[in-house]
Amino acid sequence: MNFAAKLAPDAAELVRQDRVQSSLYTDPAIFEAEMTRIFERTWVWVAHASEIAEPGDFKMAMVGLQPVIVVRDRKGAVHVHVNRCRHRAATVCEVAKGKTNSFVCPYHGWSYALDGSLRGVPYDAGYAGAIDKREFPLRSLRVEQYAGLTFASFKHDIEPLSDFLAGAKKWIDLFMKQSAGYPLATLGEHKFRFPGNWKIQLENTTDAYHFPLVHKSFLTAADKETEAMMDIMNNGGFVEDLGNGHSVMTMIPSLTDLEDNLDAPIPKKFETLAAELAQDHSDQEVRRIVRAVGGTGFNLNLFPNLGCSAAFFRVLQPISVDETEVRHVALGMQGGPKAANRERLRIHEFFQGPMGFGSPDDAEVWDRVQHGAQGGKDLWLMLNRGIASEEQLTDGHRRSEVSAETGMRAAYQQWKAMMEQPA
Amino acid sequence: MNMPVVMTPNISLEEASEFVSLEADLLDHACYEEWLALWTPTSRYVVPIDPAATEFEDKLNYAYDDHAMRRKRTDRLLNGQSISASPVARTVRLLSRFRILEADGARCDLRCAQFLTEHRRGRTRAYTANLTYRLVREAGALKIDQKVVRLINSTEALGGISYIL
Repeated sequence: MNFAAKLAPDAAELVRQDRVQSSLYTDPAIFEAEMTRIFERTWVWVAHASEIAEPGDFKMAMVGLQPVIVVRDRKGAVHVHVNRCRHRAATVCEVAKGKTNSFVCPYHGWSYALDGSLRGVPYDAGYAGAIDKREFPLRSLRVEQYAGLTFASFKHDIEPLSDFLAGAKKWIDLFMKQSAGYPLATLGEHKFRFPGNWKIQLENTTDAYHFPLVHKSFLTAADKETEAMMDIMNNGGFVEDLGNGHSVMTMIPSLTDLEDNLDAPIPKKFETLAAELAQDHSDQEVRRIVRAVGGTGFNLNLFPNLGCSAAFFRVLQPISVDETEVRHVALGMQGGPKAANRERLRIHEFFQGPMGFGSPDDAEVWDRVQHGAQGGKDLWLMLNRGIASEEQLTDGHRRSEVSAETGMRAAYQQWKAMMEQPA
Repeated sequence: MNMPVVMTPNISLEEASEFVSLEADLLDHACYEEWLALWTPTSRYVVPIDPAATEFEDKLNYAYDDHAMRRKRTDRLLNGQSISASPVARTVRLLSRFRILEADGARCDLRCAQFLTEHRRGRTRAYTANLTYRLVREAGALKIDQKVVRLINSTEALGGISYIL
């Protein structure tokens, strides 16, 4: 009997409306169940379309703990395959990103086409006709895209991606406006690990409450304009439960729609950039690009592994119950002005990554959460902030003030619903 | 009459290695004011991700610091506001395998190995890197015009690094 089956009756006891048990961070049996019940049964983000733009482009990724390859075939269709030879399991790819015509297993030379079909078996006479290549393609996942976001699922009869994203779609559309009319493209990524459970980081994406304290050193280092703009506890923002575990936190409400307010004065910090752009662009274009450069004023948290976070993608990769890898993917304007993309790179480097002025401080407190959760294991993790002032909108979404723990409550209700499904 | 020729002595391997060893010592002992003074006004401190990169401005790096950013970085290590730098990790860095790649009058490119051990809150980590320095002689003193820290695991997931590599 597997752990997941044993766990099912208990899921309700682990998660209440306003609190969850500490074992969600510390119990290896719960982690094991999550990797199948959640990560193998929902839509998991694997790539942005720009990372696999051309036929033959591929990248390695993970869905839960299973290694996969995301690849665009010759006809342009995107496939996601388990990175495992159907013969004796060796990975058929160990290159993080690249371009290829086929995937060849290094062990005995079985070769696969980009669509996953088995094409070649060396010395196949040795099987004396006992092998039918049609029976041994790479295992493929279901793949769907929305606005360039590419998701995969092991559950082939899962609801369409569009239904799963539901209330989050309008926020994805707003997020994509930061490429200022150019195609959005990934510009590289920072990867770092912290010794803590993946849900600690999941919670953080819609946690405004920590910002003024944990990111004090960032705010001090930033220019005065940015510091004022990032006074997110006092900007009138909100957190909203978007359904299916997704949520959004608007930190700087004035930067919700980057195509609005184009006539507003250009912030001082972007005056040099604006002057440089003005050499090749009209005033309206300059305003649109400059407004897009700083990114949006909200964090969109898509359950379980993607954050569309202000100006970058935050990708969660669980490693074990107490180890998580986080990737911060930088974004820019494909074919856009170099000066604008440079500005975006420098903004990303300033806060994100292992040497940023923000991420290491986040990682430090998440490490402290995991350490602290070893004590008082019977104590609850409290998620009740802002619950009293929560309002129900006409579309059924729940909304509360910016520092409410509404987004976390949304994620844990989805967690509970998925963990309670029969094994 | 010929103009007097001002001879600028080439930067020797010995002089260059002594200078970068001093820089390492200043960082390990948190002498940040002295460290900030080692740089030319237009210099860059770079920790790239792409191991093959030689141009960094249009790439995503871990750090791409001009003077103002270096100042912010040292302030952060001293002002006690950053929880990941309170306390700052203790570090010991060993530099070795010095080689001058190119020398041209008052300028040289030096490459060496760095093995850095970090200790903080009960955890010890190691970061190994190739360092490449562009050193110049300004008013008789050596200065750093560019320092590039190429971590051998730069493309992997790293831990938080709240100090200067």
